[in-house]
Amino acid sequence: MKYESVIGLEVHAQLLTQSKIFCGCSTQFGQAPNYNTCAVCIGFPGVLPVLNKKVVEFAIRAGLATHCEITRSSRLARKNYFYPDLPKGYQISQYELPICANGYVDIDLDGTSKRVRLTRIHMEEDAGKNIHDGHGDSSLVDFNRAGVPLLEIVSEPDMRNPAEAGIYLRTLRAILQYLDICDGNMEQGSFRCDANISIRPQGTDALGTKVEIKNLNSFKAIEKALEYETARQMDTLSEGGKLIQETRLWDENKEQTRAMRSKESAHDYRYFPDPDLLPVVIDEKWIDEIHTSLPELPGTRRSRFLSQYALPLYDAELLTSRRDIADYFETAVTIYPNAKAISNWIMGELFRILKERKLDQQLYIKTWPVRAEYLAELVQLIDQDKISGKIAKMVFDALVDAERSPQTIVKEKGLEQVSDVARIETSIDQILAAYPKQIADYRGGNEKIFGFLVGQVMKSMQGKANPQKVNEILKAKLSCTIST
Amino acid sequence: MELTLKEVQHVAVLARLRLTPEEEKQFTEQLGRILQYMEKLGQLDTSQVEPFDHAATSANAFRDDIVSNTPNPAAILANAPAKEQTFFRVPKIIE
Repeated sequence: MKYESVIGLEVHAQLLTQSKIFCGCSTQFGQAPNYNTCAVCIGFPGVLPVLNKKVVEFAIRAGLATHCEITRSSRLARKNYFYPDLPKGYQISQYELPICANGYVDIDLDGTSKRVRLTRIHMEEDAGKNIHDGHGDSSLVDFNRAGVPLLEIVSEPDMRNPAEAGIYLRTLRAILQYLDICDGNMEQGSFRCDANISIRPQGTDALGTKVEIKNLNSFKAIEKALEYETARQMDTLSEGGKLIQETRLWDENKEQTRAMRSKESAHDYRYFPDPDLLPVVIDEKWIDEIHTSLPELPGTRRSRFLSQYALPLYDAELLTSRRDIADYFETAVTIYPNAKAISNWIMGELFRILKERKLDQQLYIKTWPVRAEYLAELVQLIDQDKISGKIAKMVFDALVDAERSPQTIVKEKGLEQVSDVARIETSIDQILAAYPKQIADYRGGNEKIFGFLVGQVMKSMQGKANPQKVNEILKAKLSCTIST
Repeated sequence: MELTLKEVQHVAVLARLRLTPEEEKQFTEQLGRILQYMEKLGQLDTSQVEPFDHAATSANAFRDDIVSNTPNPAAILANAPAKEQTFFRVPKIIE
């Protein structure tokens, strides 16, 4: 029997607010343990949480960008359970009336579009962090993260294989990054994912028994875990076994999932509306304001890059995967409209430097190692035959951190391309005189020698000769020599 | 609605309460009586009434996104039964 997997994902996205969701503590990452805490986020008796307006705004942004209905009157609810990283004994979350519902994200599968529906997006607070290892019979608890705002984004089980799940996550992450509401850093845990997966015979509609997988800390882990779990479930069924609904943990080292010790009644959270927090009522005016402030989103921008700049899909996808890179590209193209050439320089040389400097790990690059204006000018210099492609690479390297334009650099270093026939001829004559044996070879029919001679001429002119001119003149001279 | 002993035991586990068999029996009766009393509400026709999910009549108490707290981990940890550096220390958590 052929099976297909049915995958739904739950994403927790940490919001880029300055302060926590219900108190004035900082959300800054990497502080000393319990430095960013107060009576509210530690859950002391008698304190009153007050909702951070920015969290609501960010939730609406995310909802509008993913085509959700925005709930006009939404509630915060208490989710009750005991765990040392949860100081109050309950997490403030949303239950019956989440702020956003019934949306979708369109993902691109090699040129065809697929719609992944979103069940809901809700606001909630993060828990603290436990440290289990190396402290004997104790665990240590740090509450800096407790009360940091999260959006939980729940998809419908619309994905049919691990690769689709990966594409959905990347697409969703890019949307949140474009919206400037989440930095999407999986390693630091600001973009986390739990997966629900079941399998069923291909062509059937009923859902199988689902398993939830936790501890997925990278895109690679997610795809691998889903592949492993699909295979495990198929094996179990084909051996006549039965699947049970359970939560399994991905073990990165062993590359397999294992059952978590089931917490009894783990899913009996006894939600109820939090009496400490007032309902959140959102009017049309607020929604309209946020709607008009939304940036062009990755999918739309990609389509526009395809039509407006006639870029290949690969280029358009890569350039629009980040808003800052897409902005950089468009700045350069506005100055000099050779889109494909600029795209090539960005994807090649610029990306190399971003990687070297780890700038690609920043959410939004504000200071570029090479200014977009300069890159545009560089491409223009090549197109005008003022410098050769080879020299251009040198100029690019000189542009890094430079406050001088490519033109200035070319002038200063004397890198202008030589197209002057007399100067090229002089150089060619010298080379022809220096290599009589090779010329004889060439005459004898060894055409590879031609390339060697061009190389020698270029070398003698420090790479500055116009290669086309060198080719023409050299060819003419060699044929002359043959005929005489 | 009759409350069963099993339900009381379940709620006790969720609330981390250790009850003696006598208490379980006692609370089953007492809680059952309270629930039965509340069931009177079920006799009312509420089809035309908006669900009541909050006692407050207003909405939208927000704060601006401003860091206003001065960190004071020493004060936060002052009442901790056990600590290590500036961590809270708890009995080892087994997943």
